[in-house]
Amino acid sequence: MSARYRILLPVVSLAVLLAAVFYMQPRAMSYFGLNLLFNLAVPIALATVAQMMIIMVNDIDLSVGTFVSFVACVTATFLHDTPLLGGLILLAAIAGYAAIGALIEARQLPAIVVTLGMSFVWGGLAVLILPSPGGAAPDWIRTLMTAKPPLVPMAIVASVLLAVVAHVLIMRTSTGAILRAVGGNARAVGRSGWSLVQLRAGAYALAGLFGVLSGVTLVGLTTSADANIALRYTLLSIAGVILGGGEFTGGRISPVGAVIGALTLALAGSFLSFMRLSPDWQIGAQGAILILVLAVRLLFARSGRRKEAQHG
Amino acid sequence: MADATADRPSAVLSIHRRPWFWAWVASAVAFVATLMLTEGRGGGDLLSAALTFASFSAIVGIGQMFVITLGPGNVDLSIPATMTLAGTLSLKFMDGATGLILPGLAVALGVGLGAGVTNYLLIRVLRIPPIIATLSASFLYQSLAIWSNRGLRIKPPAALSDFTTGATLGVPNLALVGLGIALAAWLLLERSTFGRWISAFGQNERAARLSGVPVEFVRAVTFIGAAALAGLTGYLLASFSGGAALNMGQEYLLISIAVVVIGGCSIAGGYSNVPGIWGGALFMFLIVSMLNSYGLGAGVRLIVTGAIIIAIVAAASGKEST
Repeated sequence: MSARYRILLPVVSLAVLLAAVFYMQPRAMSYFGLNLLFNLAVPIALATVAQMMIIMVNDIDLSVGTFVSFVACVTATFLHDTPLLGGLILLAAIAGYAAIGALIEARQLPAIVVTLGMSFVWGGLAVLILPSPGGAAPDWIRTLMTAKPPLVPMAIVASVLLAVVAHVLIMRTSTGAILRAVGGNARAVGRSGWSLVQLRAGAYALAGLFGVLSGVTLVGLTTSADANIALRYTLLSIAGVILGGGEFTGGRISPVGAVIGALTLALAGSFLSFMRLSPDWQIGAQGAILILVLAVRLLFARSGRRKEAQHG
Repeated sequence: MADATADRPSAVLSIHRRPWFWAWVASAVAFVATLMLTEGRGGGDLLSAALTFASFSAIVGIGQMFVITLGPGNVDLSIPATMTLAGTLSLKFMDGATGLILPGLAVALGVGLGAGVTNYLLIRVLRIPPIIATLSASFLYQSLAIWSNRGLRIKPPAALSDFTTGATLGVPNLALVGLGIALAAWLLLERSTFGRWISAFGQNERAARLSGVPVEFVRAVTFIGAAALAGLTGYLLASFSGGAALNMGQEYLLISIAVVVIGGCSIAGGYSNVPGIWGGALFMFLIVSMLNSYGLGAGVRLIVTGAIIIAIVAAASGKEST
């Protein structure tokens, strides 16, 4: 699939799902309804962008969920009680992410295993900080996340902002181009004089940054935290990136698509609860939508190949 | 195709060069360190508990090992959901009736086979990368389990419960099951044509295809087999712990991958070994009980476990790099 069409499918998927919601429940087509539907979308979208930074350099991060949980625990405790110390811990966590990236590159380690190990570490730290659910959200993030901007709900404003920032950062800057090139052909990037250790560390640091933002915004919405609050984000974030047109190899990713993919998953999640259907099927619906979109993508890719064959 | 056994030392003296050696050394160290605290008492109990709990990790680990052997990107993320679904449905089917123990086992294996076939079809027909295919399918299995569980905790038949918690000649029954499966897996991997096919697939899929390995058959059997083992583990674990719980499979996603890595299998595929899976499984249990007996809390335990996994990978890959 060419880059131009990469974004098409995620947009169509989201539009179809949204249309289905509006058709079944026209009252959702309101400020309040949209707010409810996309309520938890912002932290999921941020976690998805974090995962995208890792997939961009051909790795996969199995620790996103525990990392966001850890950040949520820090936010609800240190960042609330002693903002300076909390901020320093979060900065150290980002540095930790960068160090993991550097270690993976320097020793040529399999990222899936290292991040798996890190998921234990972040999970352990989260349990140490907050052994039982609790804590409190800092007022400023609570205010920010529950703000009611005119016309469009906060969740959508924040998502659009995130998509624009991520797009400019990854698709429009030279740093972003080099980072994507690491995923495309790391050896070529290395041969042309770049330090692969620094670049991979950079990609991981970006993932850490967006992971931190995810945890902080999550606490802004939930007002408290626990050590398991975001465990499902690991799987959701991988799904979101792929749903958004990203691929596992070659640095072929789409930041805007990733945000839309996350919104689609969040919508699928709130869809059923909003329709008052059994929440038993909530996770299943996300899985089914994922499979459906990938099936459609296969059809697109096949017809694309046929056209190329005709013209070529 | 590279011969995995050609460069292996045959003498017992060079046993330390076997890929699984360090997992067993680490397990032994953790075992001794725990016993030092109790001054040698309770060694038998600890060993028995380790064998029992490690058998769950070992059985799912063996399934995951075969999948990982297929090469980069091949990993089964649906193992926890398959375990939960198989445990839930089989216990619900048996409903405590002793006469239904074997049919119940068939239900659990059937759930596993069904999940495996679904996973494979998603990979094959829809061309979804295995990670995403097993991930999205696991959402469906988890939902099915939630739907059929309804928060009820159905007890396993008494005879089955006794079997899973009991021992034969001092060896826990579950360990016997786990060792039996390990032996079968070892024969399959090291002594059969199919094992050669799996390794060839993981070393170079294209070369394997061109040299006549039925790659799609190998992939299908591997994914279906891994899911069937997950189903079996779900059945055993639910019977062992007195009922199926919706989160019963949760920790086995990480553990199944961790035991493969700790056991010295190549995460990039192509080179695997069965003894390492048991070594890794024992280690994962013993390290937790060691930290427990030294009075460390859950948080520290998790951190140390994670640090050890990373340290082992960093050390192992250093040796492999050429």
